[in-house]
Parts: sequence; structure tokens; C-alpha cells
Amino acid sequence: MSGTPPPAALEIAGVSHAFGTVRALDGVSLTVPAGAFVALLGVNGAGKSTLVNLATRLYDGGGGSIRIAGHDLRRDPGAALASLGVVFQSRALDADLTVRQNLAYHAALHGIGRRAAAPRIAEVLGLVGLADRAGVSVSALSGGQVRRAEIARALIHRPEVMILDEPTVGLDVRSRAEVLALTRGLAARQGVGVLWATHLFDEVGEADALVLLHRGRVLWHGPPAALAPDGDVTGAFLRLTGAAEAA
Amino acid sequence: MTEAVPRATPAPATRTGLPRGAWAIAFQGIAAREALRFLRQRGRFLAALVRPLVWLFIFAAGFRSVLGLSITPPYQTYVLYEVYVVPGLVAMIQLFNGMQSSLSMVYDRETGAMRTLLVSPLPRWFLLFSKLMAGVLVSILQAYAFLAIAWFWDVRPPALGYLAVLPALIFAGLMLGALGLLLSSAIRQLENFAGVMNFVIFPMFFASTALYPLWRMRESSVLLHDICAANPFTHAVELIRFALYLQVNWLSLGVVLGCLALFFGGAVLMYDPGRGLWPRRKGGR
Repeated sequence: MSGTPPPAALEIAGVSHAFGTVRALDGVSLTVPAGAFVALLGVNGAGKSTLVNLATRLYDGGGGSIRIAGHDLRRDPGAALASLGVVFQSRALDADLTVRQNLAYHAALHGIGRRAAAPRIAEVLGLVGLADRAGVSVSALSGGQVRRAEIARALIHRPEVMILDEPTVGLDVRSRAEVLALTRGLAARQGVGVLWATHLFDEVGEADALVLLHRGRVLWHGPPAALAPDGDVTGAFLRLTGAAEAA
Repeated sequence: MTEAVPRATPAPATRTGLPRGAWAIAFQGIAAREALRFLRQRGRFLAALVRPLVWLFIFAAGFRSVLGLSITPPYQTYVLYEVYVVPGLVAMIQLFNGMQSSLSMVYDRETGAMRTLLVSPLPRWFLLFSKLMAGVLVSILQAYAFLAIAWFWDVRPPALGYLAVLPALIFAGLMLGALGLLLSSAIRQLENFAGVMNFVIFPMFFASTALYPLWRMRESSVLLHDICAANPFTHAVELIRFALYLQVNWLSLGVVLGCLALFFGGAVLMYDPGRGLWPRRKGGR
């Protein structure tokens, strides 16, 4: 019965990146198993967005390797990106178009034609609770609805991995909780590996794993409970970063 | 809010994991988005038409009496100034459209829409070319609308010229759009776009054969003549002018295709994730 274990949804190994002489990432490694919700926690400037840009191939170069659903991003970018859904920190939907038109456009970018896209659009909008907003212009949606529509967009091609970069920035408490619950549900029910980049400590407590990024380096990678048995992730973060500064 | 969604049987896929026909579907999708945006911005269409029409109705009418033209190829006889200036104004539509596309690329980059385009699994050069081609199709509609109005102003090239000019419009539009694409990769903020107007559009337009033939330039300044002769926009104008009168200006065709390759190659390089400006800019903008 022994077989080759399925590849991790996302494998980042020894990734480094610099902007000129400023080293933004230094040998970062992390793994997101299929169906796991992994939180990437770091303060502003820690290197989270740089890592997201590398994992989505907006940047390339530097050392290390990134594998998405088993495909090497540098050697086989097409197959790797076909397995990836992304929600960027800045909103990426076209405000002039309706939710349906936006999703149809993104389906086309993944080679999904209009006929095949129609049922998928209905499916993912139902999943994110926006089934009744398909014909509405994006400019008429609330902040939380836009975020959910962005998640629907990222799901349209049924990715194996999702990367979300600070997806709750600018949302009210209720919308934040909804988006977080929705994404955790995707990992648990759909088997999608999720990497959730955030600077908000209260969003990481229930993650399956926590990656703590500080000044471009991984300070911790493991279950949040192992880092902070008392649930005080903030305290544990301050201790770890303090130790790193002293070193 | 969250329900389990059955995983559907995947469509037949190519080696890259994309469905068959993915490239054509992606192009259709990009073109459809440009068309939808265009339909929602009807003012843009009117503005693109009003600009050359003002030149045709007012500027050309004024210059008609003071600017004599000798027989200039491809014309077989003396022509009115309005007749001479129309191909230049068609190219002007494409020049402004190319820069408008560039502006739209910078806007997309600022809003984040560009990122979703660039993380598509299709090759980046193809995505950029599709966006470029979609913009050119829009500019061709504008060019034909202008030519139709000019027909009523007694600017009537041979009927077949309207068909023969189509490839010229595609090549000239692609070259000017590629220039816009290249510029968009170097412009960091929307506010900087005013510089493009001052340093690219106006010099390219005025230092070309759009308004005056080359021999007239030489009469006033040899240096200006040489600048105009080297200006890629001059060759876009001449390619369109000759095609409208059922001739091919091979030199202009060569220059336009060469510049297209140069500008588009540069743009692809600038948008390359490993080599362009993006990886060097914190924030990817």
C-alpha cells in the first residue's frame, strides 16, 4: 500500500530576494500541505508581499526554489500558475465591469471559455455567498463583498493552492471574520492549500501552521499552539523577535 | 456561506495543465474586456474622433490656402491639403490610442488589475501581445469612423484603398501600441503620464510627415528633415498613406515592422519577472 506521498500544495525552499542592496528575503523555506491553512505572519516590511510576489512569479531571480502542486515555478511556470489562485493586497477587480464579467475575464485568462465558465461562476459565487450579486457592478459592492468576489475570482479555475496577501486589510470586524471563515472552510472542505499572509495576530490562532517572518527570515514554522501554548501569539512573537534582534 | 463544491471532471488539458484552445480563449477574453471598457467609455470614442476632425475641418481648411503641395508620392497629381493630411490624422488616432493603452496599463498596475493578468499561466509575451492587439482593434474602428466622415469632406481614396489600408493600420497600430507598452513599463505613477504627452506624443506628431511632406521640411531645416525621416511615426503615416492609394511603401513597412519588434521586445523584457523593472521595485510597481 505504500506509494509516493502526494506533493505539498506549496513548497518554498531557500528563497532569497534583494532590492538593490536591500535584502528583503534571506533563505526563506516553508511548506503548505494540501488542505492546510497556513498563516504567514509578519509586521509591515517583514517581506510577506515580496514572498507572495515571488510565489506568483511577479518577481523572479534570487536563490531557492518554489514548487506549486509539484510544478517548479521557474522551469514550468504555466503548469505551476494554473494550479494557483491569488488574492492580492490591492484590489484587482475591474470596477467598471460586473462581478460576472470580471469572473468571465479571469476564467478566460486560464483558458476557460464562456460556456464552461458560466456554471463555474455560479458555483464559486454561491460558495462565497454572492450568488445574487453576479450582475452587479463591482463599484456597487461593499468592501467585504469585493474581497469575497476576489476569492471567487481566485477559485474560478479550481486551484490546488491559494495565496492571500493581507486580504482583510481595510475591512470591518464582521467582514474580516467572514472572509477568514470562508477561506478556512475552503482549505478544510475543498482540500485547497492556503497561505494566508497577514500582520494581524488575531487571525493566526486557529491556523494549522504558523510561519513567522521577520526581516526577511523565518523565525518560526510550526503549529501556533507549539509557539504559544498559552495562546499569547503576540507575546511569543515579541520574545522571538527580541531574541533575533539581540543576536 | 461555505458549501462543499463537487470537483468537476477537468476539461481535456494540454501538457501545461491548460484546457485546449486556451490561448484563443484568453485572447478573446482580453479583447472582450477591452471592448466592454470601450463601450462603457463612449466619451473616449468621441474624443478620439473629435481631435482629428478638428484638425481636418479647421486646421486643414486654414492651411489649404497658404500651404501649397507639389506632387508628392503616392499622389499622382496635385492634391488639396485636406487630402494630404488625412493619413496623418488616421495615424494620429492610432498614436493617441497607443498612448491611451499605455495609460490604461499604468492605471491597471496602480489598481492591481495588471497583477491578475500577469499571474495567468499563459506566457507573458502572449498576454501583453493580446492586450496590445485588443487596443489596436479598438483604434481601427476609430480610424474607419474617421475615414468615413472624411469621405463626406471630399477626401475619397480609391474604394479598394479602404481594404488595402487595413494591414497598414494593424502594423502601425501595433508599433505605436508597443511603444506605449514600453513606456508604461517605465512609468511608475499615473501622474508622470503628462510627461509622455509633452516628450513623446507632441514631438512624434509634429516632427513627422503627418502635416507636411519631407521636402517642405528640408526647405526650412535639413536637421529637422533628418529627424522627421528617422521618426518611426513618419513611417506609420507613410505606410497608411501609400496603402490608402493602393501602394506599398517598402521602406516604411520595414521601419514599422522593425520598430514593432524593437518596442515589443523591449516591453516584454521590461515586464519579465526576472529581468525587468518589476523585481527591482519594492511593491512591484
